[in-house]
Amino acid sequence: MASSVAARKLLRIARKPWSPSAALSVKRSGSKYFVEAEDPDLCRTGLGGSLFFRLFSSLGASHDSLLHCNYEENAEQRAAFSGATIAYTEDLQFVSKLLPSRIPCFRVLSELGKELGKDVPQLGRTMAQKMYEQMVTLQVLDNVFYNAQRQGRFAFYATCTGEEALNIACAAALNDTDTVFPQYREPGVLLWRGYGLQEFADHCIGNYQGHGKGRQMSIHYGSSKLHYFTISSVLGTQIPHAVGAGYSLKMENEKRCSVTFFGEGAASEGDFHGGVNFAACLEVPVLFICRNNGWAISTPASQQYRGDGIAGRGQAYGVRSIRVDGNDALAVFSAVKAARQLAVDNNEPVLLELMTYRVGHHSTSDDSTKYRDVAEIRHWTEKRDGVARFRNWLESKGWWNKTMEEQFRWYVRAEVIACLAAAEAKNKPPLADLFSDVYDSVPQNLAEQETQVREAVRKCPEVYPTDVPL
Amino acid sequence: MALSQGIMAASVVDCCSRSWSALALGQNVGPIRWISLIVTKTRKVLTIQASTAEEPASFGPSSQKLWTPKLVTNAVATKQDAPATTGAKGGHELLLFEALREGLEEEMERDPTVVVMGEDVGHYGGSYKVTKGFAEKFGDWRALDTPIAENSFTGMAVGAAMTGLRPIIEGMNMGFLLLAYNQISNNCGMLHYTSGGQFTIPCVIRGPGGVGRQLGAEHSQRLESYFQSVPGLQMVACSTPYNAKGLMKAAIRSNNPVILFEHVLLYNLKETIPDEEYICCLEEAEMVRPGKDVTILTYSRMRHYVLQAAKTLVSKGYDPEIIDIRSLKPFDMYTIGNSVKKTHKVLIVEECMRTGGIGASLRAAIMENFFDYLDAPIGCLSSQDVPTPYSGPLEELTVVQPHQIISAVEKMLSE
Repeated sequence: MASSVAARKLLRIARKPWSPSAALSVKRSGSKYFVEAEDPDLCRTGLGGSLFFRLFSSLGASHDSLLHCNYEENAEQRAAFSGATIAYTEDLQFVSKLLPSRIPCFRVLSELGKELGKDVPQLGRTMAQKMYEQMVTLQVLDNVFYNAQRQGRFAFYATCTGEEALNIACAAALNDTDTVFPQYREPGVLLWRGYGLQEFADHCIGNYQGHGKGRQMSIHYGSSKLHYFTISSVLGTQIPHAVGAGYSLKMENEKRCSVTFFGEGAASEGDFHGGVNFAACLEVPVLFICRNNGWAISTPASQQYRGDGIAGRGQAYGVRSIRVDGNDALAVFSAVKAARQLAVDNNEPVLLELMTYRVGHHSTSDDSTKYRDVAEIRHWTEKRDGVARFRNWLESKGWWNKTMEEQFRWYVRAEVIACLAAAEAKNKPPLADLFSDVYDSVPQNLAEQETQVREAVRKCPEVYPTDVPL
Repeated sequence: MALSQGIMAASVVDCCSRSWSALALGQNVGPIRWISLIVTKTRKVLTIQASTAEEPASFGPSSQKLWTPKLVTNAVATKQDAPATTGAKGGHELLLFEALREGLEEEMERDPTVVVMGEDVGHYGGSYKVTKGFAEKFGDWRALDTPIAENSFTGMAVGAAMTGLRPIIEGMNMGFLLLAYNQISNNCGMLHYTSGGQFTIPCVIRGPGGVGRQLGAEHSQRLESYFQSVPGLQMVACSTPYNAKGLMKAAIRSNNPVILFEHVLLYNLKETIPDEEYICCLEEAEMVRPGKDVTILTYSRMRHYVLQAAKTLVSKGYDPEIIDIRSLKPFDMYTIGNSVKKTHKVLIVEECMRTGGIGASLRAAIMENFFDYLDAPIGCLSSQDVPTPYSGPLEELTVVQPHQIISAVEKMLSE
């Protein structure tokens, strides 16, 4: 067989429709043909093993030469398994549990808000001020709503205290049309995209104007208009959803990214592992943003994993990862922006671990002083708050001052309280909303059940609430 | 459409939904979504298309408008007593898994947002060859091979559905979808409701279930029992190539999440099906054999056992009415009710376990609605509450056999 014919045949056999990026070239040395691969680990598609067998059987080579084939000349003897192409070793040695050092944490500002390094993003006054104002709004919102729950005005609330900087910085770095699949501690993304304070209040109160029509818990927001997918309480289930959205976005070819948030505790769920693995195999543009805030209700991060946190898992799945100081808004902004670009340009997932601290309790059903030191909480509030750090940076630029701070806080607080009062005054969703949207139209059995409920209400109206329209 | 035809259509399909029949009569039923309704009794197709001015918030990319009405103006509904005939003129013969494949292929050709995902559905063509040739025809992306994580790929399909695709999830065996239970119940079933109607999940979950031939306990599960309680899901079971193709197409077109139960031993069932396009109504039961002595309600593989028993029963002079309920959630109480009013005796034959099976729910539903029409307690033949054993004879003992059906009917009719 002429060498060029053989080479073309080899290339034709090697080319598979789903790995167009596999660049192969064929070299000849005497009677042996060497296939050189750009990426030696082609075998993730099962290509390597079957390729070699077919190549050599079509050229009439013996079985022995199959075992001694090389990808490159002069390389060590390698074994082509269908799982991977790997070098042999004669040393019995286990890979160590951890790398010599943990993945370092990227930051741009010092604890006091001083610029460090060379990668400080150029935000501009308007953007920086907007970011800060939204962080403050989030703080005030959390504070008022938490207290409202304590007063019995609604059933449940969970704050994102300590993570406001992270919330807003992530939101600002994404595009408004990127699909977001949150866990429940990321209302900042909604706020950034234009979800109004009144809408937050309506949802938490559960009145008829809430977007969830009173069906989902407080803080489990959702807005299809703002591409913020309704939160489901079960941890980690949003991670594969984000991958599915990434799959859909890749088909659209619109350079949008799919983003999902989760805590370090939720990253222990099976869905995290399945989701990240899928995203890597499918090559879809997804950002996996982990808020490592140190606590999963009462379980500290030290009991949640033994490896190098969440960022340390990325490489095992073949996913690029980075660890960032989550309380450094500028660092988060830079990292998320860069990650998003990577994801969208290369159609690949990126894993980000944002290190932060959950200052507040897990929720209104929790008292964290029972399982952690009050001194620890105080330390993070007073010395390592992300909002304060960003404010210091703003003030150092001359873009913010104490008067503006006082005025803005006063204004936002009044707004939030007014919205809450207005939300409480509105009616709850009507009875028909109990039965609608279970399916696309109300089926016969549900219509019958609705009739039964109405009959019960008609018989004993005094037992039923007056703010639910019939 | 002429009002007279509208009335005929309404009388045949009134069972499906109040809003549908009202529509057929030309009334305004307020905001309703896309509806397509097909008369199946004579295999002729009568389509009524309905919509509102506004579509659901996140329903598909902008290229949507794929419902084309196909109106056969001389369609005639048969009488309620007449069976759905299988002797169609022309048509082509195929096996049930090929009918599923045909339905799936037609929908994928028609609508570019329809995708299939699951283990080995791509180049391998599916464990039961339902997606054979799809990867070559539609590409690797639309016939997607997933790694082995049922909860994750079901979750992936939910996410894809919420962003405008219509995914079909194939479970290699229905039993494996227990790993996906969380995504199916908490997300598939509930997200449309909890999001206040903002996000729809038009997905189809399908796969082979039921007791096979010595497949062992984990591969012989009847998941319809477990899923029937989940709000927001629709469940249908196919039993012949005709209804397999029709239900597959209808499920894909539905905006609700639908679980399509196939049976592992029915994939090689052969039948002649029509050449022209048709879909079956998801909420409708199928009248297999009209009769007057007793109503036998069944679905999936048991339908064929019931038909086998019916041969003997008929030769002994009995006249059973056999209905394949097809729609497991919600039940077609209209067809079932009319039958009960006629025969006054009901026997349910199912493969589910005694406790918490479809039969248990169906019994309750019939008793609640048609108690006055019953002359006898509702009989129910089901499998025992045991895991299905591997050993052949033991396995056979857990599945209802034709002779048991015959005995049960004789006993019921002799009292």
